[in-house]
Amino acid sequence: MAAEHATRVVIVGGGECAARAAAVLRERGFAGPVVVIGEEAAPPYERPPLSKAALTDDEPAAVTVLSAAHAAERAIELRLGDRVEMVDPTASEVELSDGTRIGYDRLLLATGARARQLPVPGGERAASLRSLADATHLRTRLVSGASVVVIGAGFIGLEVAAAARRRGCRVTVIEALGRAMGRGVPDSVADVLVKRHIAEQVDLRFDTAVQAIEAHGDMSVVHVGSGGETLVADVVLAGVGAIPNTELAERAGLALDNGIAVDSALRTSDPAVWAAGDCCSMPHALYGDTRLRFESWRMARDQATVAAATMMGTDEICHSVPWFWSDQYDLTLQIVGLPGFAVDEVVRSNSDGTWVHFGRDSQGRLVSASTVAGPGNMGVFKSIKAAERLIAAGATPSPSVLADPGINLRSLL
Amino acid sequence: MGEWIDACAVGDVDCQDVIPVEIAGHHFAIIRAHEGDFYATDGFCTHERFPLAAGYVTGSTIECAKHNGTFNYKTGEGLEAPICVNLKTYRTRVADGRVFIELD
Repeated sequence: MAAEHATRVVIVGGGECAARAAAVLRERGFAGPVVVIGEEAAPPYERPPLSKAALTDDEPAAVTVLSAAHAAERAIELRLGDRVEMVDPTASEVELSDGTRIGYDRLLLATGARARQLPVPGGERAASLRSLADATHLRTRLVSGASVVVIGAGFIGLEVAAAARRRGCRVTVIEALGRAMGRGVPDSVADVLVKRHIAEQVDLRFDTAVQAIEAHGDMSVVHVGSGGETLVADVVLAGVGAIPNTELAERAGLALDNGIAVDSALRTSDPAVWAAGDCCSMPHALYGDTRLRFESWRMARDQATVAAATMMGTDEICHSVPWFWSDQYDLTLQIVGLPGFAVDEVVRSNSDGTWVHFGRDSQGRLVSASTVAGPGNMGVFKSIKAAERLIAAGATPSPSVLADPGINLRSLL
Repeated sequence: MGEWIDACAVGDVDCQDVIPVEIAGHHFAIIRAHEGDFYATDGFCTHERFPLAAGYVTGSTIECAKHNGTFNYKTGEGLEAPICVNLKTYRTRVADGRVFIELD
């Protein structure tokens, strides 16, 4: 009979999801060994500022969420700069690049996602923005007067465009679709941000495809549209989506479905393996158990929390209301819920000029609320918080109630 | 003993709500609990310097509107991630329909 040993948790990934899971294990009294294996040399840090303050601040500093000192204090073994090459579910071991094998009793895959490369000739010439190293490099190139071409008018693309304007660059944004920010943001909400970019003299081009990117000395030539137009740029950045890092899971034979398939307790198809964050897809009770992969900072943290709990044997599921935000110029966008599930929309216009866009599903349930606000108008975010609670409760407020600025949403709770 | 400063009128703040107040360049959040009593804290979240007056007051907590960091506004204690640094709080008193806060 094998000697008894403490349950060992191994976490693959060095991002916030991994760090959060390790922290929660300790907060909840898990006493066994915890090993976090991150590929990047930097200790886990906040990724959202990389497309915001990290590009505009004079002296940007990485926001570390699990420093070496904190890890040591909590007896979390932080292995940085180590790449896991293989998960061996039969032996319950992971194997690193140098051949080192580390055994686990419970494994959490928090491998995140990577930037999708633009699938055109020369697409690899476009920079992407995912890591601290990416942000540091991009920042040095966003100098006053530089010409910047951003491909993709999504969250990353528009945030970079705003940061580049702040730094005095000339900015063109190329978007293949007819609108900004995709399905996750209601049209009228995205329009508010688009108008601001136009006012900031960003050259925003919709329905425009990039054909190819060529080198031209230190510059790049971006071929756009079907008429042979070219744009010469000092900096080309692509923000055209993320691909979940599922290769380890796939080779280990785990079920995949637009990400590593997990249940709402973050368990994969292998009873010793969990997955959380951008790499996984999870059925969400608020949306009829539709399997969803979120690229959301808060959801990654919430999933990490639940994964840590269920790895410890606690019965929990993740049913957090999805929540997203973006900062562009001095505007903040907040979206709670999933506007893609809405079949009709209601706008509440407040007397101070602020507004909230609501989405309702076919059963009249509130499924999303969003707004854009600037300094001096931040109070409107209280409505987003109240809406979050209504969405979580499956509330069915009538359109007239939602539209009436005289009715405090909190009174509906 | 600190100096007591007139911050706002009692009627300026609804129960379970918060308003921003600026005094001599310093920003405060004046919070009114469900029961009607007043509390005062620094005006910005300790995580990313976002105005707490946009936050959501419930029970004895305020949740920052930016990234949902949550504090006990009575003690300043950071409760929910991403908070690492506690919030500074100030004593309050009500007199003649005005709310006063005590500065250091």
